[in-house]
Amino acid sequence: MSNQTPTTSSLQVIKKGFQLGEFVRKYMIIGILILFVTALAILTNGNSIEPVNLVNVIRQVSAIGIIGVGMTFVIITLGIDLSVGSILGLSAVVAASLAQVPGGALVKFQGIDVPVVVAVLAGLGVGAFAGFINGVLISKFRLAPFIATLGMMSIARGLAYIYTGDGRPFSGLKDDYNYLGQGYIFNDPNQPLSGIPVPVVLFVLVAVVATFLLNYTKFGRFTYAIGGNETAARVSGISIPRVTLLIYTMSGLLAGLAGVLWSARIGSGNSTLGTGIELDAITATIIGGTSFKGGIGTIWGTVVGALLIGVINNGLDLLNVSPFWQIVVKGCIIIVAIIIDERKNSKKS
Amino acid sequence: MGEYIVEMQGIVKRFPGVLALNDVQFKLRPGTVHSLMGENGAGKSTLMKILAGVYTLDEGTILIEGEQVSIQDPRDGLAHGISMIHQELMFVPELTAAENIFLGRELRNKAGMVSKKAMIEAAQKVFDEWGINIDPSAQMKTLSVAQAQMVEIAKAIAFGSKIIIMDEPTSAITEREVARLHAMIAKLRAAGTAIIYITHKMDEVFAISDELTVFRDGTWVATEPAAKMDRNGLIALMVGRELTHLFPKSEAEIGDVILEVEHLNRGRQVKDVSFQVRRGEILGFAGLMGSGRTEVLETVFGIHAAESGTIKVKGKEVKIREPHQAIEAGLGLLTEDRKKTGIMGVLSVRDNMSVAALSRFAPGGILRKRQIEEECEAQRQALALKTPSLNQQIQNLSGGNQQKVLLSRWLLTDPDILIIDEPTRGIDVGAKSEIHRLMSELAKQGKAIIMVSSEMPEILGMSDRVVVMCEGRLVGEVSRAEATQENIMELATRFSEEAVA
Repeated sequence: MSNQTPTTSSLQVIKKGFQLGEFVRKYMIIGILILFVTALAILTNGNSIEPVNLVNVIRQVSAIGIIGVGMTFVIITLGIDLSVGSILGLSAVVAASLAQVPGGALVKFQGIDVPVVVAVLAGLGVGAFAGFINGVLISKFRLAPFIATLGMMSIARGLAYIYTGDGRPFSGLKDDYNYLGQGYIFNDPNQPLSGIPVPVVLFVLVAVVATFLLNYTKFGRFTYAIGGNETAARVSGISIPRVTLLIYTMSGLLAGLAGVLWSARIGSGNSTLGTGIELDAITATIIGGTSFKGGIGTIWGTVVGALLIGVINNGLDLLNVSPFWQIVVKGCIIIVAIIIDERKNSKKS
Repeated sequence: MGEYIVEMQGIVKRFPGVLALNDVQFKLRPGTVHSLMGENGAGKSTLMKILAGVYTLDEGTILIEGEQVSIQDPRDGLAHGISMIHQELMFVPELTAAENIFLGRELRNKAGMVSKKAMIEAAQKVFDEWGINIDPSAQMKTLSVAQAQMVEIAKAIAFGSKIIIMDEPTSAITEREVARLHAMIAKLRAAGTAIIYITHKMDEVFAISDELTVFRDGTWVATEPAAKMDRNGLIALMVGRELTHLFPKSEAEIGDVILEVEHLNRGRQVKDVSFQVRRGEILGFAGLMGSGRTEVLETVFGIHAAESGTIKVKGKEVKIREPHQAIEAGLGLLTEDRKKTGIMGVLSVRDNMSVAALSRFAPGGILRKRQIEEECEAQRQALALKTPSLNQQIQNLSGGNQQKVLLSRWLLTDPDILIIDEPTRGIDVGAKSEIHRLMSELAKQGKAIIMVSSEMPEILGMSDRVVVMCEGRLVGEVSRAEATQENIMELATRFSEEAVA
């Protein structure tokens, strides 16, 4: 085996060149984010990088980011979850209905007063349950993820409408509940908007936990393995149905969390909340480097992807560009991201 | 017209990394049945696909009725009167028999519209003329394999083909249907059509052929009148290569029986298969392609569900319905198709190596990254794996190195029984002998190894014992001392439908 040494060392040389390209590819998204932030800072005379504005941007994207984290697991396994926006809406109305201050005219459950914790858990539970059903449809009934979650997208939205009855949102929510969307921690009492918004804290928490799951646990390795080659993963002893079930349940749970935070942010539970957010979450995930071909993706990439969406939307706002243009820009971004993904992976096969 | 309807000379066909046909010749007389014989990969099907226009040749000439022709695609083949009936029949299942016969050249009525009625009438005419008892308006998906085959033959007739190639036409039909097919071939022959017949079934060959051509490892070996040949002579021609490659097989101490499989059944591919393997033993599974070797072992491993049968590991019966149960019972399976069922292409060498052993590496679900790193690094050194780093995506490695990573994947689970399906398919000579050396090493450590291989030298060189499969049945067993290319091939072609009229 000693005669292998020259070959190994010549490969070491190749390795350096290879890793430079790899490095650029891996962290390009951060460069793009910095580029956009800088450009907008110049165009808005620095307004866009005021701390208040930056914190605001992060808070705006926290729902997209939280859902994007779940979507990252889903897309790594070659799946897709179209139902997250509807699940968000359903969780929002369920949680909000249980968090209303008793006695108001528009209270859903007259005479019933449950702690805010119960309202939150109900919102999360509804999300997780809907995600679990997605998982069962995909892993047990072998439905394509696109089809299963398309069905759930419709079902959950419909249920949200039915639950609200006359279509009026559940408002008049308890302060403790609203704190989840509107509150700050490390708040200086003399400055009302100082500190870090609670949704941002939760977003960071979710991202950290998910990073740990994906990189430091067996479940994370299984996720990549399934996306890398499902048959090979099964032969290697991985229970595909179990992992799939967990991943879609988690995606639903995170959509539920986003629903709670969003309803708390606006102080009411509206059945149309989250419409279309699945596309933002998918966009964040893909521009963050998760491959539509499976097996590749990182949480931090998705977080940066979500921030990029937020920065662009916010920048266009500050520049007084019509919100309709924001939608067009988003579409362009996702197409460019997919083209980059295609080229990255086609080089190798 | 000369003596031959087809003359192929100096045919060379290269596939990436393989010389599939090397200066091959083939001559076909009109109105005869000419059988092509040879082991898996001998080049029979490749040559016929060139004649039919499925592949294009790299070098050589084709003469049809004495005139040189260029066949670039199947339409050229058809234009020269050549039809090929593939082993996997190709038709549109939703369309009717008549529509399939006229696929691509649909009959039209006066208004220029496709006329189903005209096609059904025309098909019925062909069927009547040739005694084919099928409703031309039946959907193809409702027909049996044998019936669909007849439709394909009718299609060739309707095309006016003078040369019909049949690639293993009897691999999926019953004995009675075989007789019907052979009667049809006799009729075609009498009408002046030349038939090229590819098969592994010796009895059929002698029953229907006028001439035989034998190929071996992509070269032409012999063309003889069938009447001048016998079974043993034919086998000798098919396998008659010299064993040049040296196998690093070292003697290992053969211990207790560790795996017993009894009366395993699964569909057509696995029929009442029983075998056992001992510690320290390398058990070779030989047989032709499609004989069920891979299916037996994949069923043992839980990739497919068995219909019946028992599996005992170390004397205890185990239930295996999913691969993870097989792994828990101490089995490992390095699959046949590296790309489809082996590697996870975009994942790193490290992830690919450690994936099957994660329950050991992650007790409680949390990865022990240092242990993974150390053990993968040890594997990398032990197997002389050529990769710039463990972070490298496995798809960037050569086939031989990918195979080493997959072998490591199973070594890290420390299995008692390791099944290796085609251990050295598509890898270079150097990596080949290294993998053989490792297999020997593992047997020495007291592991039982089951090896499926289509390469006769590998079977003979590495196995302590060889079991041979044919049509899903285990038809025989030979010891290392007794095993020869001839007796293995004889067993591998021992088909149940002995009597063919």
